[in-house]
Amino acid sequence: MASASPDDIEFRSVTKAYGAVTAVRDINLAVPKGSFLALLGPSGCGKTTCLRMIGGFEQPSEGKVLIDGREMNGVPAYRRPVNMVFQHYALFPHFNVAENVAYGLKQMRPRIAQGEIDRRVAEALAMVRLDGFAKRRTHEMSGGQQQRVALARAIVNRPSVLLLDEPLAALDKKLRSAMQIELQTLQRELGITFVLVTHDQEEALSMADQVCVMSAGRIRQLGTPQEVYDRPADLFVADFVGKINRLSAVLEADHATIRLADGTALNVGARPNVPAGAVTVAVRPEALRFLGAGEDAAGRTVSGTVTHRIFLGSGVEYAVDIDGLGDFLITADRGGHAAEESLSAPGDRVRLAFDPAAVHVFSSMDPA
Amino acid sequence: MRALVTFVYVFLYTPIVLIVLFAFNSGRSASEFTGFSTQWFGKALSNAFLMDALENSLIVGLTSAALATVFGTMAALGLERVSPRTRAVFDALFAAAIVVPGVVIGIATLVALVEVFGIANSVIASVWPGAQPPRLQLGFGSIIAAHGLFTMALVTMIVKARIASLGRDIVEASSDLYATPMTTFWQIVFPQILPSVLAGFLLAFTFSFDDFIIAFFVAGSKTTLPIYVFASIRRGVTPEINAIAAMVLVASLILILSARFLMRDRTATQ
Repeated sequence: MASASPDDIEFRSVTKAYGAVTAVRDINLAVPKGSFLALLGPSGCGKTTCLRMIGGFEQPSEGKVLIDGREMNGVPAYRRPVNMVFQHYALFPHFNVAENVAYGLKQMRPRIAQGEIDRRVAEALAMVRLDGFAKRRTHEMSGGQQQRVALARAIVNRPSVLLLDEPLAALDKKLRSAMQIELQTLQRELGITFVLVTHDQEEALSMADQVCVMSAGRIRQLGTPQEVYDRPADLFVADFVGKINRLSAVLEADHATIRLADGTALNVGARPNVPAGAVTVAVRPEALRFLGAGEDAAGRTVSGTVTHRIFLGSGVEYAVDIDGLGDFLITADRGGHAAEESLSAPGDRVRLAFDPAAVHVFSSMDPA
Repeated sequence: MRALVTFVYVFLYTPIVLIVLFAFNSGRSASEFTGFSTQWFGKALSNAFLMDALENSLIVGLTSAALATVFGTMAALGLERVSPRTRAVFDALFAAAIVVPGVVIGIATLVALVEVFGIANSVIASVWPGAQPPRLQLGFGSIIAAHGLFTMALVTMIVKARIASLGRDIVEASSDLYATPMTTFWQIVFPQILPSVLAGFLLAFTFSFDDFIIAFFVAGSKTTLPIYVFASIRRGVTPEINAIAAMVLVASLILILSARFLMRDRTATQ
């Protein structure tokens, strides 16, 4: 498979088994140079095992892992052109910050001159905004700062691939969003391939340009963040990436009309790929719109009673008991800075319209 | 309850206090204090037999502790890489070596050595070309072997605990940063386990230096310090014995406290 620009990482039918337990099953995956891939899935889905196979800490039981077009089976971690940012940073406690960052450079053969090492360490520390911390002991630093040291220690080597194992999991929410932006900026500046492992869908969607959703050792969907959110391949992806309301329904023979449990028929547009019959419908919380008095959306309207209102600041989340269908979670904009009286309150009767494009229909045979 | 605890401590420590106290007695009695003097320390230090025994003890202690430290550390590192089942078996064996009474270890080692020497000596005699074949016998070698084996279990337990608290993260990080396994060991692992290795050495030495029972069985004609003290007591107790005991006590305390210092929980500073 020769192409103009070889993929940085390629998995060819990779399986990893630990005794009777199969962590990764027959994965095929190509990560183009310079892209930012997120491996997203619940714990135990095999995402970390995939990352560790790229890093060289695990060897595949079957199949091949290629980096830069070179087969890596049997190549130990210390001979791979990749660097990893560990979940718990794994800084060397007996070294100061500069010594930690210089460690990889000092191992390189032929040797790099000390002056060059010092220059690159300073440059890497500047890049993660830790200038002036060179002589600091790592245990005197905050979690966020240790995270930056770990990052500097990896990027200073200019690897072709940077691996990130849940790098933000140990940080508080505010720091996490700041680091998300920094990581994205860093990736663009360096132009190297980033592979991020996370169980946090928000993190994956906001940072990566390709999201690979995994479960039970398999890839469920690979696509841009918008693709996996707007066009989930199956119910598992729909459920894992964002919130959904789940309904049982029947898809009529026209492959466009779904009949809900209460008898309502909704036209959701042609779904030629879903077999007619019993289906599971996934509706995003933002796919239902409140209708004002007199407003009407022909054939797509349901009514219900608000049971809870959760004020989120930028928006409002409602729990609505829809007649004949049960509880729904619905998010709504505040509509500018609407006065509190204009928001629906628990007990209010409301009418809602489905956005047909945002209704996902899956065959009930689909595993989830 | 408090009275009981007090009693236990008084019971335990009074004899030790008295031994140290009578080391400073000016008279010859180890039971009647007649005045303060340090003359017995001088006598002890100028006693040629005692100094000979001390030298033997130092040779045995340093050699066996060095061997135990090297092999015990290697065992602790190796046990990290074996299957959990194998590790459990060896953990149990090491624990057994520590709880088995010294008298049992002493007798067992003696019997084993005598048997092995018997067989080995007859083999050597049959192939030796000269008239005077060398004979393996009890002595330094056998004490060092017995102490080394026992204290190796001690070192392994101490170093293993430290390795377990290290985690594999920093080893993997080092490997990720292009360091070969050898570099990773010397640059990352060894500096981290060094304090526990030194602590293991100190405890191994202290054990060997203070041990009477095992040495008594396997020493052959060699006299270590505890064996000398035991023999002297049978000739009558003078404050010279107290002076020796006081010096050994202080030396042991310093070594054990140093080991404790090296093994202290350093997570607070990491």
